[in-house]
Amino acid sequence: MAPVRVLVGKPGLDGHDRGAKLVARALRDAGFEVIYLGIRQRPETIAAVAVQEDVRIVGLSILSGAHVALTKKTADALRAAGADDVLLVVGGTVPKRDVARLEEAGAAAVYPTGTTIEDLVESMRALSGATQTTP
Amino acid sequence: MHSEAGIPLAASYGPADLASPESIPPPGEFPFTRGNFSDGYRGRLWTIRQYSGFGTAEESNERYRYLLDQGGTGLSVAFDLPTQCGYDSDHPDVEEEVGRVGVALDTLADVEILFDQIPLDAISTSFTINGTAAIILAFYLAAAELQGVDRAKLRGTIQNDILKEYVSRGTWIWPPRPSLRLIADTIEFCTDEVPRFNAISVAGAHFRDAGANAAQEMAFTLMDGITYCDEVVARGRMTIDEFAPQVSFFFYTHGDFFEEIAKYRAGRRRWAHIVRERYGAKDDRSCMFRVGCVAGGASLYAPQAHNNIVRVAYEALASVLGGVQSMFTAAWDEPFAIPTEESATLALRTQQVLAYETGVARVADPLGGSYYVEALTDEMEVRVIDIMDDLERRGGMVKAVEEGYLHRLISEEAFRVQQAVASGEREIVGVNRFQTDEEAPEVEGYELDEEGRRRQLERLAEVKRTRSTSDVQTTLGALGKAAAQDDVNLMPLLVNCAKAYCTVGEMVGVLKTEWGEFQQPAVF
Repeated sequence: MAPVRVLVGKPGLDGHDRGAKLVARALRDAGFEVIYLGIRQRPETIAAVAVQEDVRIVGLSILSGAHVALTKKTADALRAAGADDVLLVVGGTVPKRDVARLEEAGAAAVYPTGTTIEDLVESMRALSGATQTTP
Repeated sequence: MHSEAGIPLAASYGPADLASPESIPPPGEFPFTRGNFSDGYRGRLWTIRQYSGFGTAEESNERYRYLLDQGGTGLSVAFDLPTQCGYDSDHPDVEEEVGRVGVALDTLADVEILFDQIPLDAISTSFTINGTAAIILAFYLAAAELQGVDRAKLRGTIQNDILKEYVSRGTWIWPPRPSLRLIADTIEFCTDEVPRFNAISVAGAHFRDAGANAAQEMAFTLMDGITYCDEVVARGRMTIDEFAPQVSFFFYTHGDFFEEIAKYRAGRRRWAHIVRERYGAKDDRSCMFRVGCVAGGASLYAPQAHNNIVRVAYEALASVLGGVQSMFTAAWDEPFAIPTEESATLALRTQQVLAYETGVARVADPLGGSYYVEALTDEMEVRVIDIMDDLERRGGMVKAVEEGYLHRLISEEAFRVQQAVASGEREIVGVNRFQTDEEAPEVEGYELDEEGRRRQLERLAEVKRTRSTSDVQTTLGALGKAAAQDDVNLMPLLVNCAKAYCTVGEMVGVLKTEWGEFQQPAVF
């Protein structure tokens, strides 16, 4: 079975990339195929690369507090690019009270402050497994 | 057993571990291992400088006046990301970031409000600004002029350290070469006209928070310091003794108590030797390593978040025993959000209790001569030298940045630490030891005020409507022309732009046209 392809990137202007890089590495070690886009990416760029590279999951890392607006923008950009089937997941400095707002904005999973890498990897495995069973 | 940076530790240390008594001259003497001043903190206590700023200039101004009323002795301005990356608040790509992680500044009009009723000749102000540092300095000079304050009296610091932005903080705009030129412009300009102001604060803090260990943090920072000094020296207009007082440094103090103390002592000694030996400084004061620090950052954790209060207090103590000149203590709720007034005040009180109740500031370098601390200082210096030699051999910092070498070193170390925490090798209370099911606290945090953003946009529109279009065109035109030449100092031209109420985005735009933009290597 081909490995699950994941895009990891940071939309907006926030440059704190320690978490994003650790997650990218942990996912790679867990058998995912990771495309790391880096910081300061426009939502439109993230969506275009997601389509071009045919990824199953897009992971956003946002530590600036602008997570709700940037998640919404990225979800919109994915839809506009015709990538409705791509799963969007979000982590970073995200308070628990914002989890519902992020899900509403289009996130399939949210990893708030304090999430361990092990839990995140397990959750992404489950997510990608779930999509594999869909016809 | 070893320190966090991997230095092997003996069970105890004794006289045989001291290099020689001559290697540790008294405080206030070259190479300043034991501190810059013979009387330690008696002459001047460290500056208690709490990082703060959010929303609009009005809101930040209110918080600053509160902090000064509560006994803060300096200001530290946090900027929103659009201001840091050179976008105006009305740029469509950045609407959700305006006023979020710091204050939004578009024009001189905002800066006038930011410092309203704050006498700029009486306080010192630190600006955590890099890509747009020269522009913000121009705003500050123009605001001082409007207050009737002589620029020679201004005290403070702009961070102005672009090299680490390319690696770990991310607010770059232009490529390294023209950015270094602009930084050298600010150093020369401040030396001549704003002599009590530090034109640069070479920062290791962000390497550290991105994952570097204490030895790497110090080594990378000293290498950056060398790169900036080389740039100014190569121009041939100033000697090291003329501009060295403009250069200061900035670090994170994390949790390994003695290693952090050793880091500051080793850094002071190394920098003193570099300034004397590499640049031929004649004045010992040029060789002083003046340091600000933050206690907190990535050493704070979300689980059992109140434990962060204790962590910050220990880190603050280590910083003082390490001999820093200024300090910011982070609030316990920083893993979640911008601090509340209550948590920010507690962070301030942490330093005040340390300064006024514990007595640690009474005697200079109280740990000097400790077998362990001196041996650890020596070992830290050896490691710092090794890392610096490696970078020199690879062609220096600009090359290491462009090739992604530094990015890789830092990612590797971050990964190593992550694994050590996951395996339990590095013990962290509440994270992998003594865990509880305690829910994360419902932190109030700072909610961005939509009304504030609207006011900011209105003010920007108003400024654009009422300013002189011809002044804007003339000053921006002159800036662009000067940027295309190598031998013109851009600072006076930026001050003219500021006074003509040009926006940050307009000035950045003109320079981008001449210089282009940096592309970061995406390495993980």
